[in-house]
Amino acid sequence: MRPALHAEWTKIRTVAGPLWLLLGTVAATVALGAGATSVAGCTPTGCGGDTTRLSLMGVYLGQAPVVILAVLVISGEYASGMIRTSLTAVPQRVTVLAAKAVTLTGVVAVAGTVAVLGSLLAGWLILPGPGRQALSSAEGPTLRAAAGTVLYLMLIALLSLGVATAVRDSATGIGVVLGLLYVVPIVSQIVGDPYWQRLLQKIAPMSAGLAVQATTNLRSLPVSPWAGLGVTAGWAVVALSAGALLLRTRDA
Amino acid sequence: MTPAVTTRQPSQRAGHDGFLQSLHAEWTKFRTVAGWVTGMVVAALMVVLFAVLAGVSSDQKGAPPVPIGPGGEPVTDSFYFVHRPMAGNGSVTVSVSALTSSIPERPGDLRAGLVPWAKAGLIVKESTRQGSPYAAIMVTGGHGVRMQDNYVDDTAGLPGPVSAAAVRRLRLDRSGDAITGYASADGTHWIKVGAAHVSGLGATVQVGLFVASPPVVDGMGTRGSVSTATFGDLRVQESAAGGDWTGDQVGARSPSFAGYPANTSGSFSESGGRFTVTGAGDIAPAVRETLPTGGTLGEILTGTFAALVAVIVVGALFITTEYRENLIHVTLAAGPRRSRVLAAKAIVLGAVTFVAGLAGALVAGPLGERLARANGVYVFPVTPATQLRVALGTAALLAIASILALCVGVIVRHGAGAVTAVIVAVVLPYILTAVPFMPASVANWLARVTPAAAFAVQQTLVRYDQVASIYTPYNGYYPLAPWAGFAVLAGYAGVSLIVAAVLLRRRDA
Repeated sequence: MRPALHAEWTKIRTVAGPLWLLLGTVAATVALGAGATSVAGCTPTGCGGDTTRLSLMGVYLGQAPVVILAVLVISGEYASGMIRTSLTAVPQRVTVLAAKAVTLTGVVAVAGTVAVLGSLLAGWLILPGPGRQALSSAEGPTLRAAAGTVLYLMLIALLSLGVATAVRDSATGIGVVLGLLYVVPIVSQIVGDPYWQRLLQKIAPMSAGLAVQATTNLRSLPVSPWAGLGVTAGWAVVALSAGALLLRTRDA
Repeated sequence: MTPAVTTRQPSQRAGHDGFLQSLHAEWTKFRTVAGWVTGMVVAALMVVLFAVLAGVSSDQKGAPPVPIGPGGEPVTDSFYFVHRPMAGNGSVTVSVSALTSSIPERPGDLRAGLVPWAKAGLIVKESTRQGSPYAAIMVTGGHGVRMQDNYVDDTAGLPGPVSAAAVRRLRLDRSGDAITGYASADGTHWIKVGAAHVSGLGATVQVGLFVASPPVVDGMGTRGSVSTATFGDLRVQESAAGGDWTGDQVGARSPSFAGYPANTSGSFSESGGRFTVTGAGDIAPAVRETLPTGGTLGEILTGTFAALVAVIVVGALFITTEYRENLIHVTLAAGPRRSRVLAAKAIVLGAVTFVAGLAGALVAGPLGERLARANGVYVFPVTPATQLRVALGTAALLAIASILALCVGVIVRHGAGAVTAVIVAVVLPYILTAVPFMPASVANWLARVTPAAAFAVQQTLVRYDQVASIYTPYNGYYPLAPWAGFAVLAGYAGVSLIVAAVLLRRRDA
């Protein structure tokens, strides 16, 4: 496992793309969060909403570069034929995938932490008194929202890696993952029946996972914060398992 | 004997002829790749499929009917009415010395608060039937004296709130269909606030005092309210004597009325010429927020999002496949004027997408509306012109989005990157405007500056200044006019087209 990890780390470290995509994640997350908080209509009594969640809203956008990075980590090798070299060097195919998963999660965790702390700092600088108070790290829910957001980004990376391993083509992989993340919440809106609407929000990877960011009105959420992140984790596990199974059984 | 064909010089092919050949070449490429044609068919089917889904998945059968105003628009017509009949022409005057409102902090815990559009005053109404024509003059919680008629018309009068120190006297004159409203601060100087032409009132009208108290906007939602007004000096001048004053809650059970806050109810009492009236509800056009059981044409066309993903993928692949397969060298050798190649691609792609989108929208709109109505859903009415604008706008939105994807594909030369960039730019902002915790200001900012502004072409709801509500894209209200929103997307596409043309010329293929 260690040589495989070292190989994957060398691959991700020595190509310019991953670094730019991770920087893109940080920039997109912080910029969108700062933009949203700066136009939030705050009054002296409050900001009329969940300011923690508003500051961390940038992950809706910041997850896109994470998806690209995670998809390219494996489908890039298929496009260039490098996958055959990788699998010759380490014949235990699941070990290759595991090594990719570990390095990917590691770099996404670092970028995600920077992005989340940057977003909270930006929100703290931009918001007036009452909105700012909610962002203090002494607040339990805020700490949970911050840590949960980093975990969410890591899970999205694993989900994308699993899907990309299964479909092998980068454009298709990105289409599938972004469709899963972005289109399901829109579909849930047009379903007239409130029961099905809540159910869709409960099982969709993005709307369920990002419930971890909520700090107010927890009772109105379709799914509780940690359970929601658990749903996203379930998606990631299923996608990775399917990817691992196909990687083992198919010709490369 | 040389055949003429072989002597044909490239110069002869330049100009119009050369461009037509480029167009023909691109059209041939497009129609012979099965995946791209399938993508377009899928896009059109998605629009129809989602409309069917939206239509059949809702069930509002047995819901009370939505009140409809004289102009055919849905209205809120629920208020407390102290009335008696008035035959023929006449005049009614009253003084208002107080209007106070309460908003529940928690269920059962009422707090005094400001309801800007709380209304108390005089009204002349055809009957107590919901949606019947009327004209009214009133004091409001925060917008001074107003004269309103037939739900949508609103004229401002004397400014400032009403109190014991600032009593407002109001008067309504009826002469046939003409109703004139006057207001006075001292009882001697009367100022004409407005004159309304209200048809269909009939010979005998219901005349009297009314109090309405619409929900107030609170953060991302609304809260119900209840208001109480004190009236005095109520006088009716008429040809024949009317009857006694009766108090009624108009439209007690109505889809556009959420009811009274807990432990409150509408009432009136009279002692020594002083009337104290308590009421809730509103007499105004219905908005999306007050009519949660309703549906809009924009919601029926939600499939536009799924179609967008399909046309964006096809648009990006239309160029990036050429890079991947190295066909681009052949293409550019055949058409050395690179901008022209790009223009030909954009025209072919845009035209095909427009046709597919228009076909989808023209089928989906009426079909979805029919299915929704069959399930008892009230669909906000649209004129045929609006219906056509929504269909054309949806088709144009898809066409421009696919051209945007094409141009981004030229710029980044990588299918994955182009698809991600355009989906994120067009679809994501819409999702952000729809997340429930988003303040209205943020949602409206996103719907103004991002390419998602173009969804304004699907807007069918009208915003009313005299109704306080949550006017966000999620509820179907866009900050930009339909074609102005579309222009934002067109602007992004135009800029990327120029950048793509410049890069295509400058860079090695």
